[in-house]
Amino acid sequence: MSLAMFVQHLLNGLTLGSLYALIAIGYTMVYGILRLINFAHGEIFMLGAYFVFWGVTLFRLPWFIAVIGAIVVTSFAGIIVDRVAYKPLRNAPRISALISAIGVSFFLQNFAIVVFSAIPREVQRPAWLVKVIIVGKVRILPLTLVVPALSFVLMMGLLYVVYKTKPGLGMRAISRDIETSRLMGVPVNRIIALTFGMGSALAAASGIMWALRYPQLQPVMGVIPGFKAFIAAVFGGIGSIQGAVIGGLILGLMEIMIVAFMPSLAGFRDAFAFILLIIILLIMPTGLMGEKLEDKV
Amino acid sequence: MLSIKDLHVHYGGIHAIKGISLEVPRGKVVTLIGANGAGKSSTLRAIAGIVKKSSGSIELEGREISGLAPEDIVKSGIMMAPEGRKILPHLTVLENLMLGAFSRNDPGGIDRDLAWVYELFPRLKERAWQKGGTLSGGEQQMLAVGRALMGSPSLLMLDEPSLGLAPILVKDVFDIIQAINNEGKTVLLVEQNAYAALKIADAAYVLEVGRIVLSGTGKQLLNDPKVREAYLGG
Repeated sequence: MSLAMFVQHLLNGLTLGSLYALIAIGYTMVYGILRLINFAHGEIFMLGAYFVFWGVTLFRLPWFIAVIGAIVVTSFAGIIVDRVAYKPLRNAPRISALISAIGVSFFLQNFAIVVFSAIPREVQRPAWLVKVIIVGKVRILPLTLVVPALSFVLMMGLLYVVYKTKPGLGMRAISRDIETSRLMGVPVNRIIALTFGMGSALAAASGIMWALRYPQLQPVMGVIPGFKAFIAAVFGGIGSIQGAVIGGLILGLMEIMIVAFMPSLAGFRDAFAFILLIIILLIMPTGLMGEKLEDKV
Repeated sequence: MLSIKDLHVHYGGIHAIKGISLEVPRGKVVTLIGANGAGKSSTLRAIAGIVKKSSGSIELEGREISGLAPEDIVKSGIMMAPEGRKILPHLTVLENLMLGAFSRNDPGGIDRDLAWVYELFPRLKERAWQKGGTLSGGEQQMLAVGRALMGSPSLLMLDEPSLGLAPILVKDVFDIIQAINNEGKTVLLVEQNAYAALKIADAAYVLEVGRIVLSGTGKQLLNDPKVREAYLGG
């Protein structure tokens, strides 16, 4: 394999990895606060993609406006999912909320089939994103530069909110001890809603960029990326935002590289992620950056 | 300022508080003493809104607060340093303190209170950037009290502030409580260390299995033969 080919695969891997990472952040944030795997998160990703192309084709909005609008609407969808499906179960056993999450996931898929129809839709991409640039011997799709760069900006923004702002302090406090946070005056339900909103915004951004990269929309498009991002979150150490980012990037790079170096195994690309999940759960269940399970003295 | 009338609390089937009435006058130190499981912590948790009452009333300055969410009770001026300190170990000392000020939006006032807390507990200033979990037990207790003060409470509730501390630190804790009270804060103190608590208390209540069995000034109870026998070791 030539260096030029390698660079191209690297960019593809980084692109896919960034998209996984953006979704994985939403899983890990919700898990960090509620100890809940939000299985409807893949569907939130799907909604983000549909909303933007609705905006562009149906309402003839400029791309920029459609993207911002879709991200905002999708965040509210995430907040509504929490209000309707998880908030009433805050004090119920964890398994109830998990079952509710699976229910919401199926509901949203079928909702999408009804509203958007099950027929896959082709995405008309802005031409400049897919016009190949040739640098030396490397053929670069501008999209594979834009996606990692935008993802990086979004992740930095998220880290800023979590580590440098008051709502972020509230999130970090709640993730450790809800009751004490309440005693200190943290409005827990508002902070949880904000967490869902932010996680959903990132999933929407990922869904939109995913649809630009793989230009086809369908109601079940969130299932496999959702599962893989979940695996990335577990790999990185669920509950850790940095872990979700690293997990997502590694998973994306691995997937592209395995297909690139062993084309005969390309048909199994989805299976690799699940094999990875099984291996992680067997040998390091807390992941790369997860909290160590310490015994309290 | 705080007035509790005939408060009942049930905790998962257990009748933890069986009709408590008590008064906390403005500017005073009031203490609840009693054995483990007498209902002292449950009373504080009911005031803070963490557990719901079954019946009765909790009024702050004549306003019923028992139905409010905990964050609204904090806004109305009640802060608590909970039992076991409950420091957030992964946050820095400064972040823990700012968490106490979460409900406030007056940066000037927050800065003033931070300066005051650092004056009361110079150790916290030295360790501002350290993680809460790395502090010693005594320092964590200071942080728990300082964090509650950061909410600028008119009523400060302290749940077992001397628990698990070395005897020499216990004296410091009670000195600090008096210093805080001298700054005009009303204090509601729950303690197993009955002797030290009664010494600084203007008023005191003795709880036994969810009921108040005795009340009076701190001095009266210190000299009460029943209290001496049951809580002060004869």
